[in-house]
Formats: sequence, C-alpha cells, structure tokens
Amino acid sequence: MSEPMIEEAPVSLSEAPTRRLNMIEAINDALDLMMERDPDVVVMGEDVGYFGGVFRATAGLQKKYGKTRVFDTPISECGIIGVAVGMGAYGLRPVPEIQFADYIYPGLDQLVSEAARLRYRSAGGFIAPLTVRSPFGGGIFGGQTHSQSPEALFTHVAGIKTVVPSTPHDAKGLLIAAIEDNDPVIFFEPKRIYNGPFNGYYDKPVEPWSRHPDSAVPEGYYSIPLGKARIVRPGEAVTVLAYGTMVHVAEAVLREKGVDAEIIDLRTLVPLDIDTIEQSVRKTGKCLIVHEATRTSGFGAELSALVQERCFYHLEAPIERVTGFDTPYPHSLEWAYFPGPVRTHRLRNLRGQRRGDRYSPDHRSPRPENHHYPPAHPLCARPGIMLAGSA
Amino acid sequence: MTDAGAPGATGTQGHGNLPPLSLHVPEPKFRPGDTVDYSHIKVPPAGAQPRPDESCAASETHPLCLDLVRVLDDENRAVGPWNPKLDAETLRRMLRMMALTRAFDDRMYRGQRQGKTSFYMKCTGEEATSIAPAMALAHDDMVFPSYRQQGILITRGYPLVEMINQIYSNRADKLKGRQLPIMYSAPEHAFFTISGNLATQYPQAVGWAMASAIKGDTRIAATWIGEGSTAEGDFHSAMTFAAVYNAPVIFNVVNNQWAISSFSGFAGAERTTFAARAIGYGIAGLRVDGNDPLAVYAATQWAANRARANAGPTLIEHFTYRAEGHSTSDDPTQYRSAQEREEWPLGDPVTRLLRHLIALGEWSEEQHAAMDRELVDLVKAATREAEKNGVLGHGLHHPFHTMFEDVFEELPWHLREQSEQAIRERRIKWPEWSDESWRENGR
Repeated sequence: MSEPMIEEAPVSLSEAPTRRLNMIEAINDALDLMMERDPDVVVMGEDVGYFGGVFRATAGLQKKYGKTRVFDTPISECGIIGVAVGMGAYGLRPVPEIQFADYIYPGLDQLVSEAARLRYRSAGGFIAPLTVRSPFGGGIFGGQTHSQSPEALFTHVAGIKTVVPSTPHDAKGLLIAAIEDNDPVIFFEPKRIYNGPFNGYYDKPVEPWSRHPDSAVPEGYYSIPLGKARIVRPGEAVTVLAYGTMVHVAEAVLREKGVDAEIIDLRTLVPLDIDTIEQSVRKTGKCLIVHEATRTSGFGAELSALVQERCFYHLEAPIERVTGFDTPYPHSLEWAYFPGPVRTHRLRNLRGQRRGDRYSPDHRSPRPENHHYPPAHPLCARPGIMLAGSA
Repeated sequence: MTDAGAPGATGTQGHGNLPPLSLHVPEPKFRPGDTVDYSHIKVPPAGAQPRPDESCAASETHPLCLDLVRVLDDENRAVGPWNPKLDAETLRRMLRMMALTRAFDDRMYRGQRQGKTSFYMKCTGEEATSIAPAMALAHDDMVFPSYRQQGILITRGYPLVEMINQIYSNRADKLKGRQLPIMYSAPEHAFFTISGNLATQYPQAVGWAMASAIKGDTRIAATWIGEGSTAEGDFHSAMTFAAVYNAPVIFNVVNNQWAISSFSGFAGAERTTFAARAIGYGIAGLRVDGNDPLAVYAATQWAANRARANAGPTLIEHFTYRAEGHSTSDDPTQYRSAQEREEWPLGDPVTRLLRHLIALGEWSEEQHAAMDRELVDLVKAATREAEKNGVLGHGLHHPFHTMFEDVFEELPWHLREQSEQAIRERRIKWPEWSDESWRENGR
C-alpha cells in the first residue's frame, strides 16, 4: 500500500469531528460509508439484511441501500463465499459476513482454492476483491464453536490478507482499507471487545468503549493501510506482539506488573509489519507473543520464527508465547484456558528482570547439572553473542 | 477387547427377528472384457418431447427431466418442437467447430505422449455439450467451465496458438506457466479461469449472475460440471442460491457416465436423473441427448431465454459418453469394457451432425474429408507457431521473478525476500545466472 499512514495525512484527523463509537458502531459506520461511496459494494450473509446482523454490525444498511445491496443469504458458508467470488469476478466488491469464525470452515475451499488464487492462476485476469468479515475470539463463554481464533489457517494461505482490529478507531479505518483492497481480506472482529476493551479481568466489570481514547472515531472517510502495526505503548524492557482482544489484556497485565513493555498491535497479520517488530525487538532484546488461538502451528510460531531469524543477535532471552492451549475451546474452564492475567503472571519475560538474565521456564524440568546453557553451538560460542546485552 | 454393547462397537446382534441391514455399493454393468448391452438405456424417439413455454413453472419441466430431449432422428432429420431450425451456414460452422476441437484434442494428446507437455484431457464424444451452448449463448455471457469444455474457447475464437502456449507452459503462456495444462483463463472471451477444485465454479457462476442482476445488466452466466462433481457440496449451495435469488444462470451437468474410474452410480444415477435434482430446488430442468448438437443448442437457447426474461435458472443434464480416458494419466481399459464406446446408443455427435447436413444436401463426405485435412493442418500450424515459444521442460519459460507476482496485487516484503532468495539459490548452480540470460538460453 502506498497511501500515507493516517498519522501523516495532510489534514490531521485529530481536527476532524469525532464521535464516541463502540467497535460495532465503528464497523457499521465503515460499511455505511463504503456503500455510500462505491455502488459496487454489497453486503451479504446470514441475518445481515432486515435484522441487521446478530451483532448489529449491519443494522440499518438494508433500509438505507435496499435489498439488492444488503441481503440475507441461505445458511451456507460455501455458498456465501463462492457467490462472493463470482460477484468479484463480475466487478462488484462484496463484503460477505460469516456469522462466527468457527463457521468459516464450510467456506474454506472457496477461500483457499479460489479467492486466494484467482489473481495468481489467471495472471491477473480475474480478481477476488472480497472482504470476509467474521466475529472471532473467545472470552464470552462461547464454548467450542463461538470462541475460535482460526487466523493461522488463513495466514498460511498465499494470496489472502488477514486483519484483526483492536479498537473502534482502527476497526473503521482498517475495514475501509480492506474493502478498498483488491486482494481478498479476512477481517476478523474480536467479538469480546465489540462493546468495551476487555482486559482479561473477567471478575471485574468491563469498561465501555466510551471511556477509552481509541473510541473517538472520526466522521467521514479515513483508512488505515493494511500491513502497518500500531505501537500501543512504547517501552524498553520487552516487546509484546499481540492483536485483537489480547492487546488490551497485555496492556492491563503489564501495567499491573509495572513492566516497561513495548506493546505492538499487529493489526494486519499478512502482510506483516516486520520493520516495526524488528526495530522494537532490537531495542528491547526480548519478545513475548500473545494470542488466543491454540499454540501449535499458531500464528505465534511464525512470529517467533521471524523474530528469531531477524533479531537473533539482539535476543537476550528465548522468545515466549502465551497462547490458548492445544485443546478445543472449553466452556466451563474458559478462564483457565484464556491467556489472560492468570496465565501470564509467571512469565519470565514479564518479571522485569535485568537484561541478560538466563532463562529457565518453570514449566520444564530442571536442567541437569552438567548441562551448559546456552548450548555449545559454534555460533553461540562466539564472544559477543553470548555476552550481548549482559552488562 | 471391544464391548459389543458400547457405542461405536461392531457387532452382529440384531433386534428380534428384523432382517440384517445390507449396504448397497453400486457396480457398473460392464467391466473390462464384458459384452456390452445397453438395452436398459431408454432412447425415446426424436421430436417426441414437448417444449413448454420458457416462462413456465419449474415443476412443469419435471417430465422432461426424466425424458430425453432429442431433435435428430434416425433418418438424420431435425424434428419436433425442439428443432432450433438453424440455417445451413450455422450448422456448418457448428460442425467445423466440433471437428476442429476433435483435431485439436488429437494433436494435443499426441503432444503429451511426445513429452511436449505434462498433461492433457480430451473431450471426445462430448463436443456438442460445449460447442452448441457456446453458439446458443451471447458472446459476452460469462461461462464458468470445468476442464472439459475447450470447445467453448475454440467456438468463441480464442486463438489456438494461445491455447497451446498454455498447454506447453512456454514463455508466451498468458498464465505465465503457473497453471496445469488446459486450465485456461480468458477474461476477454468471457471464459472464467478454470480451477482444479471440482464444482467450485458452480456457486461462482451464481454469484456472477446475481451481480449481473444487481446491476440491472442483461448478461447471463452459464456453468458446467461433470455428473461426478454434482456430489460436491458446492453443487447444492449453487442450486440453493440460484433458486433463492432467481439468478440468471444455466447449470450444465455433463453426464458422460464416468468420473475417472467411478461410474455415474457413485453420484447417485441409479436412483434418478441428474436433471431431476433441479425440481427439488424449484429450478427448471431439462435432460437432453448430449450427442445431439441441435437438442443441446435448443435446450441452451430455451434456458438462456428463460434466464434473460428473469424467469429463473435452468439445469440441463447432457446425457453423453466419455469416449476416451479421463486424462493422459488414465487408462480406461482397467475399469470398463472397451466395447462401451462402440455400443453407445446415442452415437457420435460429429457424425450425427455431419449426416444431418448431408441429408439436407448442404454438405458431403468429400467436403468433410477436405475440411478434416484442413483442420489438421490448421492445428499443426498453430502447434508449430506455439513451439517457437518453447515446450514444457525445454527452457523458454516466463521470466523467473514472475513466479512471485500476482499472489497479491502488490509484492509484499516477504515475497520480495523470497524472490531474492530464489535467485541466490539458483546462482549456486549457475553463478552467471540472471533472468535475462536465462530467458535467452533457457536457464
């Protein structure tokens, strides 16, 4: 994307009139605005028409734009995505909704084999400029099929962009950018933070968005380029990579612990803002990755690998991941599963220990006496690498 | 040890005196070496099928879903209400396109055997199911084909050289060598990019037709699928969406009896026809003699008129026979009787149209033989032309870096890095390598 970042826009958005919106209202605002601007934008999905969506994201749109631009569909995710691909081939800009990310799987063949590859296999002859909106993530007692975070299924697919907003302000700007983008975009909306920036403290009342600075949403058009992360909070002690609900959880936990963490909200997973990540980890020397999705082969594994490859000589401790467990999302044990404050309090990277401290995660068995750490690999034995940052 | 009473346990004890249940696994009538007897296939007389009004209720077409619309009779005359009454010039063009498609298939099949490409699929015996519809549709009606409708591209005047370039994946291939041979894509000929994943084009065609309706356009969509692929979930989704939104789309099911080695019984053909499925969705259905080009033309015309009048979608089952193997990777003698092709009761579409034209006094065996020779030369010339751009595996491909392009509209950083990595890896073997040098000398 070559468009300037919103912070650099010639007309400062801080001067634009704003309203306090929650995330649903911001998404509704973005859809309304894009339907107004572009007659080729159509919104479709289960219950999105007359009723306005089970989360109200499309409320009022059918009344305003008519049934041929905002319409209910049969309960068929394969059909919804497949039909949207055909509409895109015609020249429309469809914004299909999948009611829950947990139900996107019947549409997976159409997304992976068709939408993602249309441009490539036709050498640009046909494109699939769709934006698939879908509520995702847990923390709402949604159980197994209303809580999943399947982003890694999509980040693994060449040709699809994956976006996850964490604030009303970003939700509007990113959704506008996604709809304008000529590539297929999966737009995952963390439903836990539709109404307020949930911080993981499930036993305390959730603050509404109106008290959060990022609920000030400018009126009118603005877009946030895909592929640009947001530094939520600058810091020196550790880099925290998060997206969606976990941005707010990480922020609260680290504030409570008094860790001077640099929190990065990735916003777009593919394409990833690798520069922002690299700069931060090179500064802090440590990296913590947080996501709700299950651990094995989750997007955190890719992040960890990238940081390891690109910041190896700057790392002072192993990269840590706090993620959902490798189980289906449980109902009654939600707060034992959710990577919230309970799950993060023992992490070494969060203890604010001195730079250069050795790592001994307490979930592993103790090291044998004769075990040398770091391992005696020729690369690691080079002076200046072992000692990096140990002052 | 398994507890026989536990859930999921296997066991044979029944309840009382109920008979044991039995699983029916379909079996084709004839296997290799068997004598073929097609007397179970009912071939109704040509011209006997009524032609309802194009705006009729879908349910009115139910009898036609169980019948077989036929126009060409045993004396090679065009008869009955479905006779599209085409002029001789149109009939000769149709014959020429069918013969050209067959000549093209034969040449490309040989090309694969000679190692000029990795793969090919013929449509022998099914030419009518793509060429007649292509002629009955408007040139800008969007088609969403499967991999056995090369006849559409040929009929729409797509250059043979471009088709062969794609098959050879050479440096002139418009798809830049990315796609398996025969997975054409021709937007300017309203021919949608072919996917290896079966049936995915079905809901896509519906979406395209819906888009056309949303925009108040007059163009319609048509899509093709084999009878085997009707078992895919996409078929059901497409039919449901088309019915719900009354989409201007034509669904073609080419029932050629075989899905690789599986006979049509594995797609449900033992219980009903494929056309009859339309009725359950509230969609009009027609079952046509797929080897009768005039019947196929008439059915397409009927369905196109219906769609254009906002009267709704139509499913057309083309009852035909896959005369050749599934692909160059397939040997049909391993699973079906070689006699099937000879005994097929609906004959050969090219021969039937040829005889019709001769019966009309508009064509002769001599003219046909001359045309066949001309078409062979035409294909040969196109092949030679394409070979100047290279054949598979002998250099002359698209520039190396193009592999990374078009994944996204713009090249993201990770693909740029991987592109550079690929160049470094290549230089390990060829230190002097560059995209330009490689373009010229083939590596």
